[in-house]
Amino acid sequence: MESQAFQKIYTKLTNITKATVTLRASEVGYDEIALVHGRMSQVVKLMGDEVTLQVFAGTEGIPTDAEVTFMGRPPQLKVSEGLGGRFFDAYGDPIDGGPEVEGEVRDIGSPSVNPVRRKQPSQLIATGIAGIDLNNSLVSGQKIPFFADPDQPYNQVMANVALRAKADKIILGGMGLTNDDYLYFKSVFENAGALDRIVSFVNTTENPPVERLLVPDMVLTAAEYFAVDHNENVLVLLTDMTLFADALSIVSNRMDQIPSKDSMPGSLYSDLARLYEKAVQFPEGGSITIVAVTTLSGGDITHAIPDNTGYITEGQLFLRRDTDVGKVIVDPFRSLSRLKQLVIGKQTREDHPQVMNAAIRLFADAANAKTKLENGFDLTDYDERTLDFAKAYSEKLLAIDVNLDIDTMLDIAWGLFREHFKKAEVGIKQEFTEQFWEK
Amino acid sequence: MERDKKTTGTVAGIVANLVIVKADGPVAQNEICFIKHRDERLMAEVIKVQGINTYLQVFESTRGVRIGSEVEFENYMLEVTLGPGILSRNYDGLQNDLDKMDGIFLKRGEYTDPLNRENKWKFKPLAKKGDKVVAGSWLGEVEENIISHKIMVPFKMEGNYEVKSIAEAGEYTVDETVAVVVDGEGEEHSLTMVQKWPVKLPIRSYIDKPRPFKLLETGVRCIDTLNPITEGGTGFIPGAFGTGKTVLQHAISKQAEADVVIIAACGERANEVVEVFTEFPELDDPRTGKKLIERTTIIANTSNMPVAAREASVYTAMTIAEYYRSMGLRVLLMADSTSRWAQALREMSNRLEELPGPDAFPMDLSAVISNFYSRAGFVYLPNDKTGSITFIGTVSPAGGNLKEPVTENTRKVARCFYGLSQDRADSKRYPAVDAIESYSKYLEYPEVQKNLKENVGEGWLDSVLKAKDILLRGKEVMEQINILGDDGVPIEFHDMFWKSELIDFVILQQDAFDKVDASSSMERQKYMLSSVLEVADSQFEFKGFEDVSDFYKEVINIYKQMNYSDYESDKFTKNESELKSLLEKRMKPSVSESNV
Repeated sequence: MESQAFQKIYTKLTNITKATVTLRASEVGYDEIALVHGRMSQVVKLMGDEVTLQVFAGTEGIPTDAEVTFMGRPPQLKVSEGLGGRFFDAYGDPIDGGPEVEGEVRDIGSPSVNPVRRKQPSQLIATGIAGIDLNNSLVSGQKIPFFADPDQPYNQVMANVALRAKADKIILGGMGLTNDDYLYFKSVFENAGALDRIVSFVNTTENPPVERLLVPDMVLTAAEYFAVDHNENVLVLLTDMTLFADALSIVSNRMDQIPSKDSMPGSLYSDLARLYEKAVQFPEGGSITIVAVTTLSGGDITHAIPDNTGYITEGQLFLRRDTDVGKVIVDPFRSLSRLKQLVIGKQTREDHPQVMNAAIRLFADAANAKTKLENGFDLTDYDERTLDFAKAYSEKLLAIDVNLDIDTMLDIAWGLFREHFKKAEVGIKQEFTEQFWEK
Repeated sequence: MERDKKTTGTVAGIVANLVIVKADGPVAQNEICFIKHRDERLMAEVIKVQGINTYLQVFESTRGVRIGSEVEFENYMLEVTLGPGILSRNYDGLQNDLDKMDGIFLKRGEYTDPLNRENKWKFKPLAKKGDKVVAGSWLGEVEENIISHKIMVPFKMEGNYEVKSIAEAGEYTVDETVAVVVDGEGEEHSLTMVQKWPVKLPIRSYIDKPRPFKLLETGVRCIDTLNPITEGGTGFIPGAFGTGKTVLQHAISKQAEADVVIIAACGERANEVVEVFTEFPELDDPRTGKKLIERTTIIANTSNMPVAAREASVYTAMTIAEYYRSMGLRVLLMADSTSRWAQALREMSNRLEELPGPDAFPMDLSAVISNFYSRAGFVYLPNDKTGSITFIGTVSPAGGNLKEPVTENTRKVARCFYGLSQDRADSKRYPAVDAIESYSKYLEYPEVQKNLKENVGEGWLDSVLKAKDILLRGKEVMEQINILGDDGVPIEFHDMFWKSELIDFVILQQDAFDKVDASSSMERQKYMLSSVLEVADSQFEFKGFEDVSDFYKEVINIYKQMNYSDYESDKFTKNESELKSLLEKRMKPSVSESNV
């Protein structure tokens, strides 16, 4: 950390809690950072001459006569092309043994984009995964999380998406990442030869949890630099946002705030929205797309974290193990990409929307048939056919291990329709049926 | 609020966007003030006074603000500026014109004029010298896009006035005097086209507010046909995320039969607002042939904009709606989502360390919501003309659970309930409005029933109730089949179930992304409902239950093709005759009850 000339040093703390310290000081600005006993802290409350500081690394071992110096500025990041290929901690300091990055100093947590200066997202991001491209197409400028249980392979899928997405820069924000996962990302990116387009800010489980709160802002400040200053298409990966929200609740709890649902702070929605809304398509061509991970506990999406996230993001992707085919699939029922309407049937083939809907409807019929079967009822011929269809659909299209272009996905879907159903059962607009049924 | 000298103060405490100030003079609740920070002036509102401490909610980020910063109190409440040129504008929650702001990012402390002061408007006088006028009386009119924008006596002017002079027809800017009126004491008041009004107070320039009675067409079948909303009515759309609230809201705001549409994007996604910015200037209003943006104003407080301005945004939107209603126009106000507004109240209440109510919401949430909804309505103006504000708000219930404070408190006041069902959304049955749970209280109003009889058809209401019964019966039968199995119930049960599916697929489901199907005229809705009910009344011959579903799937498929075709086009009639022959083949002979 740099130091300034003529800094006033305070040495008398009046209160110490697990996460905060309080002292008397003057000429302090709100949100300003300070060093408390050598640890980075931020002003969270000013009351007369009493200043309360949140100590990111925790207050263990801080004495009442600890040295406190105020920096007179909010947390900042130095941005330049030199960020590419580097790994940083939550404060933006290198952890890969390399030198400090020189560049322009930017405040993190910058203001929002004026909505009238945004452009409507319109560029399809192809991932090769049919569960995404066919049913839940991603669009640049979108923000979308994976809702997944901790045992699901979301980090692998995310790494695949990142590498296939053809982004100019990929910025990884790891919050509470296990060291193993951190090394996984590092080796995948290295093996793909993509390291120079990747910037990582990582807080692992070994670091103090409250430090995580800085990670998304660091990531997004870097993302805005590349998207605005260089008109690049930036893909931001945030994993895991549930651990970020947990850190928020720790802080709010220590600040004696009244918790709302699930012990989360009442401001959870705004806190998350402020980050996710950084996803944007700029008119000059740059864009920020956010793919995040929100881990669930026992698949419960009514918990405050996934619930608030769902209201903010433009859809969500669910992974699920399909025991009938023994593969992990992208769940077509609960997954949704809100922005797909902007590209499907426009940048993709015209029959895309109808094929997508028909296949999902038939897959739903199969689910009903399965329930019937489980309840011991006889199946009709139609039920049997939907079950066969569902298996093939799951295996050939929904599984996360496929890598196809979208036209092929559509042709496979038509093939499955033809194999298992009559035209009326599929119920697609006549003009498309005429064109593609026999193909 | 009369004060000789401006009150000032100094900042004594800061917690996020709550600032505590020690003031040197009188302050008023909800008064606007500015905090000086370097060369920026941050707007804030007084929300509580306790002893020497005045509590402010700041509409901006407080980053860098220091203890001792100067504060100036402005002696007025949060106001909007009303005058010609509001339509087609994109405002933030405090009515700043977003297009006038420089740069890609919003700058703290930058406030822009909501009106264009240079533009000249073609003024035509409506009042004449000697006319007796009161607040809200029409003095003249200018053409604003497609509507006739009335220039009124400012709502703030209490008492009676006489017109002393009025400007001749001609071109004027909004700030030029267009009329001079004299009050009881003989004092003259010069009036321009601009006036201001505090957003938290309702504009009461009407003489009567009867119960709404006229149907407001939205083009959405599951609303117009089954649970219609009225001109001046109130409704709300609760739904978990992903159930299609915003798509439904956009459909209504595109298609509804309104003169002016105000969209309050309150704490929602910025890309959804961008969709409106991008599409509305391109889309035609089928009723006028002009672009939709010409009748639309957007108030955008997206979820990343300051929280305190979120509450202001819905009030700003409502006040603008009331202004246009006073011109005798039908205004549609959409707010997406009122839950975000309630959450903004919760955040503030929390910082004020108030004792919380249910789910940590403030105790007066119920009163705040009902007060707001009560500002909508159908009114008679002093000149016997009518105007209306139809208000539809969405609610985003936490965890999709409708037993949460915002939904419950809204249910007490809104007359139409359009509940979105997760099950329907999961099976892609859009719009996912649950036809059985949803209701429109207006269907019970005798004046609405009379209006429907006169304007839609004598037997319309009976048909609607019948369709609802079929849907309900279908649901019950479905449960039976699930318990007893397909062959455990008589074939008639399958027939009943599929008749309800028929109504579901043909009437309830509607493709908002299809050019033709997106909007359905009342005439077309009437035609389709009677056609479908005719099928529902018919008896068909089936060999077994599999036969039933096969047959109805074919029927539904043809109906869907009809929904995708222009009404009464060749394709439409061709499909219809195809349908007819399909039905006739199966029809049981000698059906007596085809009484629709």
